[in-house]
Amino acid sequence: MPSTPESVSQIQAQVQILPTSSASAPAVASAPPKLKTQGMNFYYGAFQALNDINLQVETNRITALIGPSGCGKSTFLRTLNRISDTVKSARWEGEILLDNQDIRELDVTNLRRRVGMVFQRPNPFPKSIFDNIAYGPRVNGMKGNLTETVEKSLRRAALWDEVKDKLHKSAYALSGGQQQRLCIARALAVDPEVLLLDEPCSALDPIATAKIEDLLISIKDQTTIVIVTHNMQQAARVADTTGFFLLGKLIEFAKTDIIFKNPEKRQTEDYITGRFG
Amino acid sequence: MRRLESDLEQLNQQLLEMGALVASSVHRSTQSLIDKNQVLAHQVLRDEARVDQMEIQIDDLVTSMIVLTQPVARDMRMVIAAIKINTDLERMGDLAVGIVERSLSLMHQPALPSLQRFFTLAQLVESMVLESLDSFIKRDADIAHKILLSDDAVDNQRNEITQELVSAMQADPEIIPRALDLIVIARNLERIADHATNVAEEVIFLVKGEVVRHMTDLVSAPL
Repeated sequence: MPSTPESVSQIQAQVQILPTSSASAPAVASAPPKLKTQGMNFYYGAFQALNDINLQVETNRITALIGPSGCGKSTFLRTLNRISDTVKSARWEGEILLDNQDIRELDVTNLRRRVGMVFQRPNPFPKSIFDNIAYGPRVNGMKGNLTETVEKSLRRAALWDEVKDKLHKSAYALSGGQQQRLCIARALAVDPEVLLLDEPCSALDPIATAKIEDLLISIKDQTTIVIVTHNMQQAARVADTTGFFLLGKLIEFAKTDIIFKNPEKRQTEDYITGRFG
Repeated sequence: MRRLESDLEQLNQQLLEMGALVASSVHRSTQSLIDKNQVLAHQVLRDEARVDQMEIQIDDLVTSMIVLTQPVARDMRMVIAAIKINTDLERMGDLAVGIVERSLSLMHQPALPSLQRFFTLAQLVESMVLESLDSFIKRDADIAHKILLSDDAVDNQRNEITQELVSAMQADPEIIPRALDLIVIARNLERIADHATNVAEEVIFLVKGEVVRHMTDLVSAPL
C-alpha cells in the first residue's frame, strides 16, 4: 500500500498525468473464453430446465450466476463438468466448449479434473486433512512431491496457517468455514483450469464467507471461476461478470458493474432490487 | 411495504418538498426586487433555515438507506441522484438568500437601466428551476435534456447584463454600488441555473443510467 502523502505538493508530484484523449488509451486485448455454451437446452425427462443458453465464461475471471430458486442456474453449473450426467432422466443438447473443444469429446474423468466443483455444504472425506487434499493427486497419478502439493493447495485456499500443525487430524474436526476451504483446497490440488462453486457460502457465517470470497479473488489469476449464489451482494463483491437466470432462460449476461448499476432488462432489475414476483 | 420502498418514497417526498420550497425562494428573491417587496425578501430569509434542515434530513435518510438497504440498479441511481440534487437545492436556497440580501438594499434606491434585461434573466432561471423539478417529478429525461440546452441562454443574458452595467458605471460612477449589487444578483441567478442544470443531469442519470455531466457534445445532440 502506498504511503500517505503529507502535503498537496507531494500528491501533485505523485499524480500521474493521464492522457485527456481516450483515443490514446491502450487497447485491452480480450482473451478467448474458457467455456462457451451455444444453443444449450437441458431436460429432466419431459421437463425442459434450460432453454437455449448462450454464454461465454472469460478466462481467469469470476462469473456469477444468480436467479431465483428453480431457475436452472445450478443445473447449468452442473452440466459444465457433466456431473448432471449422473442424473438418470437428464439429457442436454447444444454445445458446451472448453477451450473450444466440445466437452462430450473429452474423457469425463479428465474433464472433471480440469473443471473442479465445490458444493453448497462442505463435504470432506472421512479422512485426515492431509489425505483429503492428497486424494485427488493420488487417484490422478500425479507425479511430484505430495507434501508440497498439499501445502501449496492449503496455502492457496488460505487454510495452511490454521491447519499446518494438525494435518493428520480428521477433517471433521474443522469448523464449517474451514471444511469448505478444505474442499476448495482439495479441488485445487489437481490444478483445475475451472472451478465451479454451487452456493459455497450458504452454510457459512459472514467471517467464513469473507475468507472464501478473498480466496476466490486470490486464485482467479490462475483459475477460471463460475459461482452460483443466492447472495447478490456476494456476486457484486466478487464477480467480474454476472448472468441472471429466470425460468430456465439466461435473461441477461453482462459485466457485474452493469448488472448492478444499470441492467438492460427489466426482469433483471426487478430481481436484484427485490421487486420480483 | 418493504423498508427500501418506503424509504425511497420518503426520499422522493422530501426532495419534492425541498424543491418546492427552494423554487419559491428563488421566485420570491427576484420578485422582492422587482416589486420592491420586503415581505417576500424576509420570507426567503426565514425559509433558509427550513431548507438547511431538510438538507440534513435528506442526507441522514440516504446514509441510512445505503447502510441498511444496500440499494442497487435504479434504487442506487435514485440514492446517488438524491445526494447530488439535495446539495444542488441547498445551494440554490443559499444563492436566493444572497439575492434578497442585495434586494433589500436595492429596493430603496432608484432603478438601474439593466433591470428589464434582469427580469428576462430571472424568468429564464425560474423556469429552469421549475422544469428541472418537473423532470424529477415525472422522471422525464426529455424535459431534463431541454434544460441542459437552456444554460447557454442564461450565460449570455448574464454577460450582457454585466457589460451593460460596466458601461453604465463608466458613464456614471455614482451607480457603482448599486450596479455591483445587481451584477452579484445576476451572477447568483446564473449559478442557480447551473444547479438546475445539475439537477437535470441527475434526472437523466436516474432515468437512463447515463452520465451527461461535462459532455458538451451529448448535450447538443438529441437523446
